[in-house]
Amino acid sequence: MTPATLAPRPDRRAQWLLIGLAVALTLFIVVVPLVYIFWRALSEGFAVFAQNILAPDTLHAIWLTSAVAVITLPVNLAVGIAAAWLIARFTFPGRKALLTIIELPFSISPIIAGVCYLLLYGRQGLLGPALAAGDVKILFALPGIVMVTLFVTGPFVAREVLPLMQAQGSEQEQAALTLGASGWQIFCRVTLPNIRWALLYGAVLATARAVGEFGAVSVVSGAIRGQTMTLPLQIELLFNDLNTVGAFAAASTLTLIALVVLVLKTVLEGRTR
Amino acid sequence: MSLVISHLARRFGATPVLRGIDLEVRQGELVALLGPSGSGKTTLLRIIAGLDWPDAGGLSFDGADWLAKSAAERRIGFVFQHYALFPHMTVRDNIAFGLTVLPRASRPGKAQIAATVDGLLRFLQIEGLADRYPAELSGGQRQRVALGRAMAIEPRVLLLDEPFGALDAQVRRDLRRWLRGVHDSAGTTTIFVTHDQEEAFELADRVVVMNGGFIEQIGRPDEIYDHPATPFVARFLGLTVELPVTMRAGRAQAAGLDLAALPRRALPDGPATLFLRPADIEALPDPAAPFRVTEAASTGALLRIVAENGTGCRIEAEVPRREARALSVGQPVGLRIVAGQIFPGGTASAAAQAEPSRPLKEARS
Repeated sequence: MTPATLAPRPDRRAQWLLIGLAVALTLFIVVVPLVYIFWRALSEGFAVFAQNILAPDTLHAIWLTSAVAVITLPVNLAVGIAAAWLIARFTFPGRKALLTIIELPFSISPIIAGVCYLLLYGRQGLLGPALAAGDVKILFALPGIVMVTLFVTGPFVAREVLPLMQAQGSEQEQAALTLGASGWQIFCRVTLPNIRWALLYGAVLATARAVGEFGAVSVVSGAIRGQTMTLPLQIELLFNDLNTVGAFAAASTLTLIALVVLVLKTVLEGRTR
Repeated sequence: MSLVISHLARRFGATPVLRGIDLEVRQGELVALLGPSGSGKTTLLRIIAGLDWPDAGGLSFDGADWLAKSAAERRIGFVFQHYALFPHMTVRDNIAFGLTVLPRASRPGKAQIAATVDGLLRFLQIEGLADRYPAELSGGQRQRVALGRAMAIEPRVLLLDEPFGALDAQVRRDLRRWLRGVHDSAGTTTIFVTHDQEEAFELADRVVVMNGGFIEQIGRPDEIYDHPATPFVARFLGLTVELPVTMRAGRAQAAGLDLAALPRRALPDGPATLFLRPADIEALPDPAAPFRVTEAASTGALLRIVAENGTGCRIEAEVPRREARALSVGQPVGLRIVAGQIFPGGTASAAAQAEPSRPLKEARS
C-alpha cells in the first residue's frame, strides 16, 4: 500500500462549492454594493451627478470632512508617536494604565463617546454653563466634531508604532547618543526613519476612520444643514430626503476617498513586510 | 590621562549589580572585563559610557568628573554587541554619523567628513562596502562598520560590549587579532566586555575578572592564569578539580597524593583546598597506591580518567594517551600533582568563599 492511497481522495465538488460560496459572499456583501453606489450616482447622467456633488450643502460637507481629517492627522501623529515612545522606552508608574487608556476608544462604541461629550459640554452638561459664559462653542460646531473624532481615531497611530518600537529596542538611539547626537537629532535621524512605514500606515488608518466616522459625530454635530454636516451625515440626510442620486453622489465621493486610502494601505503593507 | 573608577555601586530594584568597583585604566591600555553573565561587567561598561548611572561611587577621566557629563559630552566610542547600526543609512553614512551631528560651529566640512570616512574605511579594510546597507553585510563586516562609526569621533575611550559574541568561531579568531592591531595603531584606551576567557587573555593587556558585582582579580593574563586569587577565579579558569588537603608548615599534604611539586605557601596549618586543572595531574601505575582507576575514556589525544581511593575522594584527570597505555580500569595509580592553587579552608568553606561576599583586599591575601 503506497502512502498516496492513504490520503483522502480530493473531492472536487466540495472544493468548487466552497470557492463558489466565498465568491458569492464577496460579491453580494462587498463588490455589488460598492459598484451599485457608483451606478446609482451616475444613473441620471454625469451632469446630474456633478450638480449634486456641487450642491452647496454637499460641497460644504466635503469641505468640513476634509477639515476634520486635516486637523486630526497632525494631532494623532504627534500624540501617537509620543505615547508609543513613552511606553516603549520608559518604565514608570502608570505605564500599563496609559496603555489601556490608549486602547480604550477601540472598545467603546463611538456613540457612547458622542453622548459623553453631550453630557459634558452640552448646555445642561457639567461644563456647559461655564462654556456658555465664556462664549466658547464646542458642541454643534467644528471643535466638538474634531474632539470626538480625535477620541475615536486616537489609538491608531500608537497601536501601529508601538509594537515596532518595542521590537527594535533602543540600542540604535543609545548608539546615536554616544556619538554625540542631541535628542532632536536622534529623533529625526534615527527614530523617525525606523518607524516611518508604521507611522504612515497608522496615519492612513486614522484618516480613513476620521473621514468615515458617523456615530460619535452625529451626536455632537447637531446636524445643522450646511454648517455641521460632515460627509457621512450629509449622505444620511440626503437619503432621508429621498434625494437618492444626491445621496449616492455624496456616498461615491466618500467611497472614492476610502478606496484611495485602501490602495495606499495595501501598498504600505507591502513595503513594511 | 586615565580613567578612574572608585567605589562604584549600582542596583536594579532590589538586586545589587555592582557592589563597590575600584579600577584604574591607563591611557592606551587594552583592558578586558571578564566574567560570567550577571557579574555586572556590561553594567560597568554602560556606566562608563554614560548609558547607565551608578547609585554611588565616582567616575573620572583625566581628572574631570564624568558623572556630571552626558554620554554625548564624554566622547566615548561604544560598540554594541549586536552593533546597532542604522539600517536606513549606508555604511558611509553610518560611519559619518558622529561627525554630522556635531554643532555647526565645530562640524567639519562635507569634503573633510568624506575624507575621514574614507580613511577609516581603508583602516578597517572595508573600502568596498561604503555604499552598502547594514542588511547587506556579514556579521564580521557589520562589526567593522560599528567600530568605524565609534572611532570616527576620535573617542577618548573605546568601549566594546561582547565584541565577538555574535560571530562564528573562525571570524572571531581573525577579528580578535585584527582588533588588537587596530588598538595598537590607533592608540586609544580600550575596554571590552567578554565572558570568553580565551578572548580576554589573548587580547587584553590586563584582565579584570568580575563576579557577582565584585572584582575578583585584576592582573596581566599570565599572572591570573598562573595565580588565580580566589576560588571563583580558579574555577572560572578551568581549575575544576577540588581536593581537600591539610597544610603543615607551608606544605600541602593528602593521603596517596604526591604534592611535592607544589611550592611552599604561607598558609596557616590546618584544612585547605587544592584547585587544579585535570591536565595538571600525572597518573603512574603503583601497586601500593590507595587510588584505583574507576573510569577511563579516550578523547583521541587524551585519556580522561577518574580515580577513587575508597574513602569518597574522587579525582578527574586528563593524561596524554601515549604516556598512559598501562592505565586501565581497576589499576592502582599513584597521583602526582604538577601544579595547583591552594586556598585556606575545607572544600565546603572554599565553596562558600567562592560566593562574592568579600571585598577584593581579603581575596588577594
